Parts: sequence; C-alpha cells; structure tokens
Amino acid sequence: MHIIQEAAFIVVLAVAIILFSKKSRQIYRNIMLGRPEPLNDQPEKRWRNLLLLAFGQKKMFRNPLVAVLHFVVYAGFIIINAEVLEILLDGILGKHRLFAEPLGGFYNVLINSFEILAAGVLLACAIFLVRRNLVKVKRLNHSDLTGWPRSDANYILITEIVLMTLFLTMNAADTLLQQRGYSHYGEAVTGNFRVSALFQPMLAGLSSGTLEGIERTCWWLHILGILAFLNYLPYSKHLHIVLAFPNAWFARLKPMGEMHNMPEVQKEVLYMMQPELAPPADQAPAEMPRFGARDVMDLSWKNVLDAYSCTECGRCTAACPANITGKKLSPRKIMMDTRDRAEAIGENINANGEYKDDGKSLVHDYITEEELRACTTCNACVQECPVSISPLDIILQLRRHLVMEASSAPAEWNGMFSNIENNFAPWKFSPDDRDRWISEN
Amino acid sequence: MDVRTVADYMNSGETPDILFWVGCAGSFDQRSQKITRAFATILNKVGLKYAILGKEEACTGDPARRAGNEFLFQMMAYNNIQVLNGYGIKKIVTTCPHCFNTLKNEYPALGGNYEVIHHTTLLQELINEGKIRLKEGGAFKGKRITFHDSCYLGRANDIYEAPRKVLEALDGELVEMKRCRSNGLCCGAGGAQMFKEDEPGKTRINTDRANEALATGAKVIASSCPFCNTMMTDGVKLDEKEEEVKVYDIAEMIAESMN
Ligand code: SF4
Ligand code: SF4
Repeated sequence: MHIIQEAAFIVVLAVAIILFSKKSRQIYRNIMLGRPEPLNDQPEKRWRNLLLLAFGQKKMFRNPLVAVLHFVVYAGFIIINAEVLEILLDGILGKHRLFAEPLGGFYNVLINSFEILAAGVLLACAIFLVRRNLVKVKRLNHSDLTGWPRSDANYILITEIVLMTLFLTMNAADTLLQQRGYSHYGEAVTGNFRVSALFQPMLAGLSSGTLEGIERTCWWLHILGILAFLNYLPYSKHLHIVLAFPNAWFARLKPMGEMHNMPEVQKEVLYMMQPELAPPADQAPAEMPRFGARDVMDLSWKNVLDAYSCTECGRCTAACPANITGKKLSPRKIMMDTRDRAEAIGENINANGEYKDDGKSLVHDYITEEELRACTTCNACVQECPVSISPLDIILQLRRHLVMEASSAPAEWNGMFSNIENNFAPWKFSPDDRDRWISEN
Repeated sequence: MDVRTVADYMNSGETPDILFWVGCAGSFDQRSQKITRAFATILNKVGLKYAILGKEEACTGDPARRAGNEFLFQMMAYNNIQVLNGYGIKKIVTTCPHCFNTLKNEYPALGGNYEVIHHTTLLQELINEGKIRLKEGGAFKGKRITFHDSCYLGRANDIYEAPRKVLEALDGELVEMKRCRSNGLCCGAGGAQMFKEDEPGKTRINTDRANEALATGAKVIASSCPFCNTMMTDGVKLDEKEEEVKVYDIAEMIAESMN
C-alpha cells in the first residue's frame, strides 16, 4: 500500500514539474520576443526597489487596510510553503511528519505559526471575495474584467480557502489520532496545534479509521491542489507572485517624464542636417529600422515582462483621467491585451515552429487607435502600479508606430505638426511675434 | 518692459546668468503671456541677470514627441540644442513644466546638457534668500487657495513642495483637493491632448478636475503650468464660477504681492 502511494505521488509530482517548466520556458521565450533593452545598471537602486516594492509591497500601502490583508496572504503563501517541503519529502519517502523528530520543540513552534497564518489567509481571502462580489469595489468590477478574468480572481481566492481548510483539517485529524495512539500516528507525537485544535471537537465523534481516511484525503487533496495551482499560475493573473520580483528589479530608473530616445531617428535627423556626416549610400544598413511598435515583437522585453506581471488589480485604470471621464482607454486593458497578444504569438510559434504571420497585430486587433489617442501621458497609471509596470511606455510606442509608420493621426495633430515644422510653435503664429509679449500688455 | 535677449548680452560683451525659456504658450497664448510678463517682472525687480532667446527660441518638440512624431521632435531638439550650445547656455529657468521636462530629461541624450529649473523652484529660492520680499497683508492674505499639481512637475519630476512653499509665503489658507500630489488628477492637456478634441466619453477631464477644485471652496486655483491654467480656467467657466473663483499662475500671485 505504502509503495503504491509513494509511486503515485512521485509520478504526479514529476508530471506537475514537467508541465510547469514547459510552460515557464514558453513564457520566457514569449518575453524574449521583445527587443533587447539593457536594464541592469545601478544595482544599489535595483536592490532597493526589489526590497521595498516587491518584498515590502510599498505601493500597496497607499491603501493600508488592503495592504495588510494582501500582506497576510502573501506572507502566508510563502511561509506555509515551507511546510510543503515536508509534505513533498513525506510523499516521496513514504514518511509521516519527517521533520517532527529532528526539529523537536521548534517543530511545534513552526506548525503553530503556519496554522495561525493559515487562519489569517483564510480570513483575508474571504474578505477579498466579499470585496469583489458583494461590496463590488469599482475597479474590481470594471468591464475590463468581464468573463474569464473575473472568474480567475475568484477561483484563486476559493482555492486558497480550500487549501487552508484542508491543511487545518488534516492537522486536526492527525492530532486526534495521535491522542488515540492509532497506528503510526502514535509515533510522531506533536501534541495539539493552536488553530486545528479548534476543529477537533467536530471530528472527535468519528472512528479512527474514518479519521485516518480524512487525514489521508486532506493530505492528498492539499498537495494535489498545490501542484494544480502551480500549473494554473502561468495562465492566470496570479503569475505576479513570481514575476513581481524580477519586474521590480528591472524597473526603469529614469524620471517618469522621460521618454525613450530613438537613436535611429536621431541619426536620420543628424544626417539630414549635416549630410557630410552621413555614411555613403552603399554602406547604409539595408534593413529599415522599425519606428515605434506595431506588435509585441517591436516592444521592449520589459514591456512583455510587465504584461505577464500584471495583477489586473486596476489601480492604474481607477486613477486614469481618460478612463475616469468615460474614454475607452484603460491602462489595465493595455497590459491585458499585450499579454493576450504575446500568448497568441506563443501559440502560433508552438504550432508552426516559428511565428507565421496571422494577419493580426497588437495595434488595431487588440488595442484601438481611439484608446491610444485618449492618453494624456499623465503617468498616474505608472505611479499607482504596485508591481512597477508602465502601461504608458507601451501606449507611446504604439503611438509612434501610428504616426511614423502608418501615417495615421487626427487632422488636428497633423495641423499641429505642420505648425511646429513651419512656425516653430504648435499654433499658427508668426515666429517673428515670439517676443511680442514684451511690448504688449 | 525691459527684457534682453541673449544676443543683446553678447553684443555688449556680457553673458547672462540664466536663460528664461519662455515656451510657445508663454509666447503666443494671450492668457499665458500674462504669466510670462509676471515672471519677467519678478526677475526684473529682483535684478537677476537673465535673458531670453527671443525669436531664436522654438518649440521644444514635446507635443510632437508625445503624439508619436519622433522625427519632428528630433528636428526641433537638434536646432534648439545648436542654438543653446552655440550661446554656451548653462542654466535655464522655464514657466512651463513640459518645456522643463524636455529640456531637463530629454535633451541630455541628444547633447544638450543644462541645469534646468522650473520657475516655482526659482521663486522658492528667491523667497528663501530674501530677494523676493512680499507685502504685508497682500491680496491673497487669508484667502482660500488650492493648488493643482501639474503632471509634468509632480509625478514626472517629483516636484511637489516648491510650489506649495511659495504659496505658503502668501499667507493664504492653503487647502488640498482629495486627489493631490502624486495622486493628483491631470487637467487633460498633456500628451498633445491640448491640440485636439477629446476622444468620445462622458465628460471632459478639465471639468472633472475643476469641479474637484471648486468643491474645496477655494477662491483661487493656483497652477504652475500654462496648459493647466487654460484647462482649469475653461472648467471654471463651464461651471459659471469665473466671477468668484480665479485661476492664477503662482508667478502672477507673487508678482501681485511683491513689494
Ligand atoms: S498616462 Fe495615459 S493611460 Fe496612464 S493614467 Fe495617464 S492618461 Fe491614463
Ligand atoms: S498595470 Fe499595475 S496597476 Fe494596472 S492592473 Fe496591472 S498590476 Fe494593477
């Protein structure tokens, strides 16, 4: 019996790990579809961002109550996973509470804190479910989330609650069996734990055989649940629990107001102004560089990492002046669209070996011109994002494509361009009048 | 009004200490010209050796760049940097946060390296140094004032305190809107929105923001950007409150209250 359980466990574990690493490699490949952009300078600042923004979740504390609840779930998730290590080893080796003996009294301290955290996670997740579904917090009930994204969020919260309940029930059954000295449970005697002890009365009337069944079922469901969760992550907004960390490290360190320079355009203009500097025609590079981004491959890899890190929390959209006043633009949707498009390209590559033109692009098929036109470049979305994402950076690159490659701009903008070009101001005034303010009053 | 250009200085064998970059709005837009004159008045009174480029100044290229026209931006930047470097300009002050951001953050990559400050920062320095002396019981004493953060000063460049410090010196009652500092709501002009109609939606951004400012009960809405100024003024007009509530640039308020 033992051997079958162990073998089954090892097979399940292996399948879970293989599937997860396959999907992880695909996501890594999808991120690397983006243009290279070096983001490894100034390590002191990057360490700071990693500690403050990712580990410390600094931006979350703009709303302290939500921040504390989220912190409990996050800390619970990471710390309780230490317990998973024991569960995995127990499963592989066919042992029970492997760490209890070597750790002695400290083992109980650990499990007690796990249990208290588990109760905290349970409570926090329940509150989050209420916020989403009953209180209907606006940013969590926005049209961006219609369909799958809304279910995704609820599935995760429910799964967390189920996992925590399984963990506590398992401990309650286990400690009851210890008291009864039943089978091998009588060997690793840990005594009661803080939270699961409260569950004991509900189980006390059951026979030892049933209790063993409950303990085993909880153990299996708990670990299967965790492995399923692991493989669900890459398809979910919950990937942020992994990617928020690299995303904080690679965050851009420049002032928010600074747009990326385009050295290719800078060079073109330089050669136009000073033709003597231009390389002879036969040495000019054959391939025209792209001016702006039309699809995911034209964005920087950091933009794609941003898209996979997005938690779909909607803090950006709730602060976006365009969205607040009813425009179509939603910075959260920009991120979700970018991820969807990256996934579609990934599927395309999986099917064809390499990317085959599917006649689609990020602009138009996913993000419309109308959305892009509505942005005031106010940086509110960048400021609000708890995981160091810049939706604005993507918007501006797509705008560059629209104007420079697709020659598509509203008529007023074309007028503004020609005024700047001819009159050196965005309005049609004579450059000679530039200093008239001195004499007028 | 006595304002000299850099060329004037050069002709008399002098160099100015600081260049006042006026910007397109400040040069051509009637409302913004008043801000420009107010700021020049302050500089004259303080006796700063400043100069303007006059007819040699041209758009920094900010609206073109944000709309997506990098070529036009690079052309404007190239020419402006030629002029600025040609005159050996070291320090620039500007009354427009958009010009400020472009000159300070975006020209260095193109070979234009200057010390750039926004006029609210300069005003704060001049007040601290005692060079600007304000009237006892000036026009804004005891008045309720709210400050609208410009995105390109605030979030883009992390300047939140200087304008507030200057306003405090006016002895008014400074009240904050609910969305202020890094939470501040945009006026709706940035990103070249100033130069086109809004996309379809429920309301205009400036009406939303003006309503928020009016809700504070302030009699003065202080701005630090000519574009914000226009947007807020329009928003207040739409609410037919332009008689009771005035929109002023901080420079105008200081000019008005100076000894
Ligand atoms: S920068 Fe653009 S997308 Fe971001 S909040 Fe401002 S208007 Fe919205
Ligand atoms: S971009 Fe940032 S703020 Fe916006 S939904 Fe994603 S994680 Fe939230």
